[in-house]
Amino acid sequence: MATEKYYVPESSPWPLTASIGLFMTAIGGAKFIQQSTMDTMEPNFFGKPLFFIGLTWLLLVIAAWWRDTIKESVGGLHSNQLGGSYRQGMLWFIFSEVMFFAAFFGAMFYTRWLIIPWLSGEGSNAMTHELLWPGFQAMWPLTVTPDGSTTTPMGAWGLPAINTAILLVSSITLTIAHHALLENQRGKLIIFQAITVVLGAIFLGLQGLEYVHAYDMGLTLDAGIYGSLFFLLTGFHGAHVTIGTIFLLITLIRVIKGHFSPDNCFAWEAGAWYWHFVDVVWLFLFVTVYWL
Amino acid sequence: MSTAAATHDDHHDHHHAPTGLKRWLFSTNHKDIGTLYLWFSFAMFLAGGFMAMVIRAELLEPGMQFVDPEFFNQMTTVHGLIMVFGAVMPATVGLANWMIPLMIGAPDMALPRMNNWSFWILPFAFAILIGSVIMSAFGDGNPSAPNFGWTFYAPLSTKYGPDSTDLFILSVHMMGISSIMGAINVVVTVFNMRAPGMTLMKMPLFVWTWLITAFLLIAVIPVLAGAVTMMLTDRHFGTSFFDAAGGGDPVLFQHVFWFFGHPEVYIMILPSFGIVSAIIPAFARKPLFGYASMVYATASIALLSFVVWAHHMFTVGMPLAGTLFFMYMTMLISVPTGVKVFNWVATMWRGSMSFELPMKWAIAFVVLFTCGGLSGLMLAITPVDFQYHDTYFVVAHFHYVLVTGAIFSIFAAAYYWLPKWSGVMPNKTLGELHFWNSLISANLLFFPMHFVGLAGMPRRYADYALQFADYNFWISIGGFWFGLSQLLFLAVAVLCAMKKGEKAAAKPWDGAEGLEWEVPSPAPFHTYDTPPVVK
Repeated sequence: MATEKYYVPESSPWPLTASIGLFMTAIGGAKFIQQSTMDTMEPNFFGKPLFFIGLTWLLLVIAAWWRDTIKESVGGLHSNQLGGSYRQGMLWFIFSEVMFFAAFFGAMFYTRWLIIPWLSGEGSNAMTHELLWPGFQAMWPLTVTPDGSTTTPMGAWGLPAINTAILLVSSITLTIAHHALLENQRGKLIIFQAITVVLGAIFLGLQGLEYVHAYDMGLTLDAGIYGSLFFLLTGFHGAHVTIGTIFLLITLIRVIKGHFSPDNCFAWEAGAWYWHFVDVVWLFLFVTVYWL
Repeated sequence: MSTAAATHDDHHDHHHAPTGLKRWLFSTNHKDIGTLYLWFSFAMFLAGGFMAMVIRAELLEPGMQFVDPEFFNQMTTVHGLIMVFGAVMPATVGLANWMIPLMIGAPDMALPRMNNWSFWILPFAFAILIGSVIMSAFGDGNPSAPNFGWTFYAPLSTKYGPDSTDLFILSVHMMGISSIMGAINVVVTVFNMRAPGMTLMKMPLFVWTWLITAFLLIAVIPVLAGAVTMMLTDRHFGTSFFDAAGGGDPVLFQHVFWFFGHPEVYIMILPSFGIVSAIIPAFARKPLFGYASMVYATASIALLSFVVWAHHMFTVGMPLAGTLFFMYMTMLISVPTGVKVFNWVATMWRGSMSFELPMKWAIAFVVLFTCGGLSGLMLAITPVDFQYHDTYFVVAHFHYVLVTGAIFSIFAAAYYWLPKWSGVMPNKTLGELHFWNSLISANLLFFPMHFVGLAGMPRRYADYALQFADYNFWISIGGFWFGLSQLLFLAVAVLCAMKKGEKAAAKPWDGAEGLEWEVPSPAPFHTYDTPPVVK
């Protein structure tokens, strides 16, 4: 509850300019996707350049925005109460991310438990099966789709298992770094955070390798619902690991610059929470997408 | 800018209201951002209303008159999207921005810059959506705007969607980013910024209902983002989420959509419950009956809203156990809703009532929202829904809860708090005209829809069988009448913005309670820099 004076920032140009960046990214992105995937679209259209201009614009604005926030933090304008607002805000943001993944996990369970049995005639669906997809057999991973295209499932105990180990270790190294931060042991903090960032980068490299491998063996984005779920779940996870790695890299630079102290370290902790969140999502992924 | 602010130690004692364009474009002030939200939502209300009048003009008589069926579909689609995402939601966010900090004794929203970003995303998102309509009406070759209904079911929106669908998808993403940030801001403000002594169970109900609304938003808007993302990859990257040939299912879309869509309904109506719970005690001059039960009822409605989504899908095919589960859960919602209606009526019971404009709208809300709730109960009964599904009965139902429910309560809020916002009383004559014209025309517009619906007239068609002609004529007359009546509110709002009218006291309604009435009218640019103490 408010017991001290509260910091209200003065007016800022970044929200409006960030919206303009988002606007360009959205229009450019939609047109770019259409031009790259549809034969009917005319080439030489504005989509691709607009998308990249918008994206660069957006990233620059966000960087400038955060530079302002960092200056305020370093300048001592952030009260404990604002720290509380930031912390709660970050936690609710992570909750919204959880719900985003929940949509895809939900789609996967609906597919595995209901759609595929129904398409193969279970329940009251014998006639659907007979008339629409007479040869279709229920299975998971779905290697033969109702329209007959085939694919190969991704095994759990190769690269994915190694990646699981990497992420678990990275969570431990990050926790060691967190304790070092709270105990003001800068050397230990820098070493263990750097290890975490490197582990994140290795994870991403291996994930890329796994995708190449998947495409080689015929597991593609358009290989039916298994491929769709596999790539969207692991792909969005990978995107979040990328963001998390960048996040940790930036807080690492800020650690080296001496921005954090045990009682002023919101940004660092936000990065750490985000990292643990992507870790937990991966564990669910590993168990439900790769293993079972 | 905050870079400059970093050099001040205690800057908020001496910064004044910025002036000119910069004040509005770069704002970090909850009142200014609230005002922006409210004006934006009213503009969207008029734009969406204009599309509704195109629909009603076409349906004035049987046969095709003004637009072709393709354009008619675009009108029903974009009308719905604009009213849901552009009019009702931003209006309640605007009210939250203005009122929550004042009601809990906070100096501003918890995250003021993010607050402004939440707002400024919206005009751009709707520029994309409305842009595709303008292209469709006037552009070269009339490329189709979104035409699949506001629920954008697959495969209408995937395999058969027009090119503008991709722009629509990204504009929905933008609206979602805006909503999530706005909701996080509300939750954090309520949890972290309350004045000393303002315990949770002392908060005004408007704050409570918005807190619960914000939870719903954070939980379900990401699911909508997931749904439109799957649409995008199905359309362009060969995935099979909504395509049975690849092992997916178009019905999966409906499940994901309505998992968002049903809580969305409560996102639109819960703030209204809070508004009415503020206004009725003020004009009945009695404390709200059953405050705690109101809080628990709101929370129950929110929780139940997560387990009722498939009642929108009874006719699509579902195992019997699923159908029964969703039917009973839906009917269960009428219990907490009934608690609320009972409490409002009990608050009025033996009160010393007076009927100023906000109270008129609030009473109209209670009666007409209940009417919409009862038709909802009818729709919840599965075998009956088989008959009503996709008829005008459904259209009547959700317009009773959204227009005479949500929108009427937003007008109630506007008349109640306009003195606080502008410092002048809303013009009484224009206000009375606005209320009575809206009340009569809305019922002329929506009540006969029940009859044509029960008689079997399907929704979303540009034409209808001859036996529906008389009712449709009167529905259309009601539609134009209601639409034009809203211009009266435009006049009221403009007069208030120009400070033309009787000067308002700090507390213009003698029965009103709450911290917002302790600051002068209009509320100064900065309020509660040091928090008040609530006893």
